[in-house]
Amino acid sequence: MFRLVEKLGGDFLYLLETTGRMGIFFGSATANIVRPPYSLYSIVRQIYFFGARSVTVILIVGLFTGMVLGLQGYHNLKQFGSEELLGSAVALSLIQELGPVLTALMVIGRAGSAICAEIGIMRNSEQIDALECMAINPVKFLIAPKFVAALVSMPVLTFIFNIVGIFGGYLAGVVLLGVPEGAYFQGMYNSVEWADIRLCLVKSVIFGLIVVWVTTYKGYYLHLNRTGVFGAEGVSRVTTDAVVFASVSILIWDYLIGSIILS
Amino acid sequence: MNRMNVEMVVGVFLLAGFISFSWLAVKMGDINPFKNETYPVTARFTSISGLKEGSTIELAGVIVGKVNTIELDTGDYEAVVHLDVDKTVELQDDTIASIRTSGIIGDKYIKLTPGGSDIILEAGGEIEETEPSISLEELVSKYIFDSK
Repeated sequence: MFRLVEKLGGDFLYLLETTGRMGIFFGSATANIVRPPYSLYSIVRQIYFFGARSVTVILIVGLFTGMVLGLQGYHNLKQFGSEELLGSAVALSLIQELGPVLTALMVIGRAGSAICAEIGIMRNSEQIDALECMAINPVKFLIAPKFVAALVSMPVLTFIFNIVGIFGGYLAGVVLLGVPEGAYFQGMYNSVEWADIRLCLVKSVIFGLIVVWVTTYKGYYLHLNRTGVFGAEGVSRVTTDAVVFASVSILIWDYLIGSIILS
Repeated sequence: MNRMNVEMVVGVFLLAGFISFSWLAVKMGDINPFKNETYPVTARFTSISGLKEGSTIELAGVIVGKVNTIELDTGDYEAVVHLDVDKTVELQDDTIASIRTSGIIGDKYIKLTPGGSDIILEAGGEIEETEPSISLEELVSKYIFDSK
């Protein structure tokens, strides 16, 4: 009985501690972004790793998402005889929901896990402590460029995803299933508003922040892991944790942002 | 990979994102710095049910503008619709503006029927002749209750 109460208290304190540490970590990372000196090339290299190397996977996922939307949308809309709404259905669902969410999930899987493991191993092999010994601020040196890279790369990837998805919908709907080309694009132009594109932009920036925040945090504080598992196994656990936690947060925030902005 | 190549790839990547974004914004978001000049016209309707900001304005089936804003005149309970019409289209002062539906469940749009007057509406002018939106329920109920 006392055990149970003790565990409850311990869990709650751990939750408070983690939340606070995450908040402080976020604050120090953003403060270090704006504080000079700026190292432009390290940011460029992070964008290369985070964004440019993710383009291939984004292209493939985007193309097939768009094609599936075109295919499913066509068969559903055909029942009402309104195939000409296909363009707006594909474009709206891509721009409002699928673009930002699927891009974020793919980026978590490709870049987020790698970032978490990289920083976790640096913590493990005491490289972060070594940086501190040399009076180099590790947050400024390691974390801040990743934050900037994620904030820049996520919107770029999301908009590439949208365009490729719309093209995929065109391939499936117009080329394969024979929806009139004019109806596909004109319906899209008429129904998509600037507000939808702005929603997509807001979502992608916030998702980029969540991805980089969660994954770098989990790796950076590997040594404070409560399970007491460190070393190679600790890295693997922490990476799994980071991927799961970031993906779930993305889906929850997707709903929250949508309900705040659309209301 | 050396430094030049990394910078090149990142440059191309950012450029691709910027082009995608501007294509979406210009084509779909109607944020167009080069768009056709328009002039404002207002029209008053007793009901605009279903019309939205951004709905199209058609003349002879051709899109000639968009609905800018819709507001309620609290004095006589009429809807005041501000229209943006292309500069190239001249409207007579007896033009008729009516709210129509494309298809049965389609979007509402404003249909303009040109008049025969010699006086051309100026920017900020008002279209006097309007027809409110036709509601299917009202038509049906009228038919049912009048035929008794």
